[in-house]
Amino acid sequence: MARTADVLVIGGGIHGCSTALHLALRGLKPILVEKDYAGRHASGVNAGGVRQLARHLAEIPLSIKSMELWEHIEDLVGDDCGFDSHGTVLVAETAAELADFRTRVDDLGLRGFTHEELVDRTELKRLVPSVSGHCLGGVVSRRDGAADPFITTQAFRRRAVEKGAEVIEGVTVTALSRIGNVWRAETSAGPIEAPKVVNAAGAWADRIAAQLGEPVPLDVIAPMLMVTSALPAFIQPVVILRGRKLSFKQRANGTVVIGGGYRAQPFRDENRTMLDWRALAQSAKTVWEMFPVMREATIVRAWAGIEARMPDDIPVVGPSSTSEGVYHQFGFSAHGFQLGPGTGAMMAELIATGSTNVPIDGLSIRRFQGGHG
Amino acid sequence: MTDLASAYDLAVIGGGPAGLAAASLAARAGLSTVLFDETPGVGGQIYRGITSTPVTNRAVLGEDYWAGAALAAEATASGALIATGATVWSLDPSLQVGVSIAGRARLIHARRIIVATGSLERPFPIPGWTLPGVMTAGAAQTALKAQGLVPSGRTVMAGSGPLLWLLAAQLLRAGAKVEAILDTAPRLNWLRALAHLPDFALSPYWSKGLALLREVKAKVPVIRASSVEAHGDGQLREVVADGRRQPADLLLLHQGVVPNINLAMAAGVEHRWNERQLCFEPMLDQDFGSSVPGIAVAGDGAGIAGGTAAAERGRLAAIAAVRALKPDAAAPDPQAIRQALQREEMGRAFLDWLYRPPVALRQPVGETLACRCEEVTAGQVRHMARIGCEGPNQMKAFLRCGMGPCQGRLCGLTVTELIAAERETSPAEVGYWRLRPPVKPITLGELASLPIAEAERKAVER
Amino acid sequence: MFRRLDEKGATLLLKVDGQEIRARDGDTVAAALLAAGIKHIRTTPVSGKPRAPYCLMGVCFDCLVTIDGVGSRQACLVPVREGMSVETQQGKREAGR
Repeated sequence: MARTADVLVIGGGIHGCSTALHLALRGLKPILVEKDYAGRHASGVNAGGVRQLARHLAEIPLSIKSMELWEHIEDLVGDDCGFDSHGTVLVAETAAELADFRTRVDDLGLRGFTHEELVDRTELKRLVPSVSGHCLGGVVSRRDGAADPFITTQAFRRRAVEKGAEVIEGVTVTALSRIGNVWRAETSAGPIEAPKVVNAAGAWADRIAAQLGEPVPLDVIAPMLMVTSALPAFIQPVVILRGRKLSFKQRANGTVVIGGGYRAQPFRDENRTMLDWRALAQSAKTVWEMFPVMREATIVRAWAGIEARMPDDIPVVGPSSTSEGVYHQFGFSAHGFQLGPGTGAMMAELIATGSTNVPIDGLSIRRFQGGHG
Repeated sequence: MTDLASAYDLAVIGGGPAGLAAASLAARAGLSTVLFDETPGVGGQIYRGITSTPVTNRAVLGEDYWAGAALAAEATASGALIATGATVWSLDPSLQVGVSIAGRARLIHARRIIVATGSLERPFPIPGWTLPGVMTAGAAQTALKAQGLVPSGRTVMAGSGPLLWLLAAQLLRAGAKVEAILDTAPRLNWLRALAHLPDFALSPYWSKGLALLREVKAKVPVIRASSVEAHGDGQLREVVADGRRQPADLLLLHQGVVPNINLAMAAGVEHRWNERQLCFEPMLDQDFGSSVPGIAVAGDGAGIAGGTAAAERGRLAAIAAVRALKPDAAAPDPQAIRQALQREEMGRAFLDWLYRPPVALRQPVGETLACRCEEVTAGQVRHMARIGCEGPNQMKAFLRCGMGPCQGRLCGLTVTELIAAERETSPAEVGYWRLRPPVKPITLGELASLPIAEAERKAVER
Repeated sequence: MFRRLDEKGATLLLKVDGQEIRARDGDTVAAALLAAGIKHIRTTPVSGKPRAPYCLMGVCFDCLVTIDGVGSRQACLVPVREGMSVETQQGKREAGR
């Protein structure tokens, strides 16, 4: 006897949990199926950046919608998620970089987006006093901040359940097929049937897409992070670099998280990764050069999450191209955390009402099908 | 360390009896061998300071200690490169070792790895256990062996296990005074231990153990206690046992040793819960090979069995490495070594049951700290477990226990047992931290100093 | 808390928080601090409580000190050297000191 629901959400990362919550808030009954536990992978182990800065144009509307929710996150999920906001700063090391940034900020302005602001050397030094003197300026997004990724994902999961969603963990969806008007998912704990399905399966989402006859070129990646022991507060905004890979933030407890996208080797069917120490050494060298004050920091932990990357670095969001009632919400390419709240809200609106005001055509799965966009 | 090569046939991690015996055998059989130990000398904990101890009166430390001198000498003369002051912070399934020596980091590859990181003392979470003036018995033993230091004030010892009695005897022979020993082994342990007494009576530890107990009890009052607390304001002032107060300057705690599993676990070696010894240990084949091809675990890190057994295990693991890499080389016949090992392991069951630490001292309550580094209380851990936190890895994210510099070494077993108790399941079900390198902190400078060839550097830049 | 069994062996001088203390060749920094009667060597980042070495074998991390400007060193693993400068760590390590 199959379990039934209004919507089957596959995947318990921030996106799956956010969509499940927003569906429940609209009075629908979702069942979320997660193969490990909510937040086990990319959503729970990323650097926690809540960032609008430096996003692809196609993501910006979702990012803005998300930021509105972040600013009231406690109302939404009953937990402050460790969110605080001191802005993100993208630092320019060379005149050429600064010029590129200026072009971008101007272009965004023309399109009506004002969240990115060019700053000169003086303002940069005011925002980030500890950054190395060779930096010329940059771009700041003042509303940006950071949160605790695992706490956030768990908070969305918890609130979704409180509002009527069912969350089943430790269970894998093994097959998906259409039976009449509903979708039937075979799982390791019995079948589930629902008229609507959301594919939020992260680094495993390509398998679902393949089953639906719409294969995608998803690349499994394992971005690495390091964290230091506690240091007295010396930096408030999140700092990122374009030319050299670095993202850098100090949490309230004093520890500093160093990321930037160097990659470990993922083994997605074993839930494990193998760190690349030579790459982490490069990361360490970059921090050494950018933040002399960190030169005696101790690295206490390093890790990598298992994430999905699309070749154009933007996610797959929107209706399936082959299967009525199925929606995709994956492929966030190592920058999906901030988008979680807003994408879930948009997805619930799309599913419940049939349409959404948030422009998402640029994120359609059709873009991988030769000539469509 | 300018003579450190970038590749070896065998890398041995840990310079205690298992590591020394393994490196010695492998090097003599012709394998290019390096041994890393993070302390300034070799010997591990049991033979700490064996080549440099200021305690030259052999009667103080006893002949079992001095047996380590031969092992150290053998390894030094074997042709293996012995690198001390070398902290291994990473080991992965590709058999790459990350090590820091004198402030610089290196990546070394080996065709075979023997992890011989030994054991550490079981956590002893009592009220006040983080006060200055409270240390482990092993710490006092290390201070004695390596630096010829003895406690100078009013010293109380508490706990259970052979090492407690051995240390007491060594301190007394060195002229130190011990005010009292609080014996926390439950009387009822005898019921389970009795069945294994015949085996133990046949082992060499039987008569040694009895003699040691007599020696100590003749000079030190031994008092049974089911609860122990350390009191003081910023510094230990008194020890309270079952409500009885005793002024003290130093409290030495010990309730057995458990395998030091952080490196092996971080390398991906599978472990399982050992209910008799109440700890996690690696799953190994008869040559001490683990679930990761090429990585063997020898010594107490493979399961608690003592120093002599450790050397035998090290030899067996080394023989397996020699047979795999240089089948034509001359290596000792493992049969005799296996028989010696069996004799050493006999009688272990008796000791494990006799000195099994009581639940109250493994599973604290209330304000007693479970995690020393992040100052998380037992009450907090129990509460989280009750409201749904199923395992240590989720517990980490909510309470930060296990996230401090010790990487869960001093709280892991406590947290696992507390979760199991609150959720009415077993430690085997609950599991342990998901550990990964670096297993020892490295400075940004050490990591930044890792030599990177130009081609590799270009490969990682996007 | 600890005394030496004898005074044999070469001695050397260290600076601990600016004060000179006598140590013996072969001491680790932690042993030298204990032998010199130093009662606590750090305070915790979380609550500022005092700590002293606990395990002397490199697993407890309660013996963290700054040695010659490099912080969070495990004092029980570092051998003393003539003229070494040791600073006890109060709370969060100060980057850039």
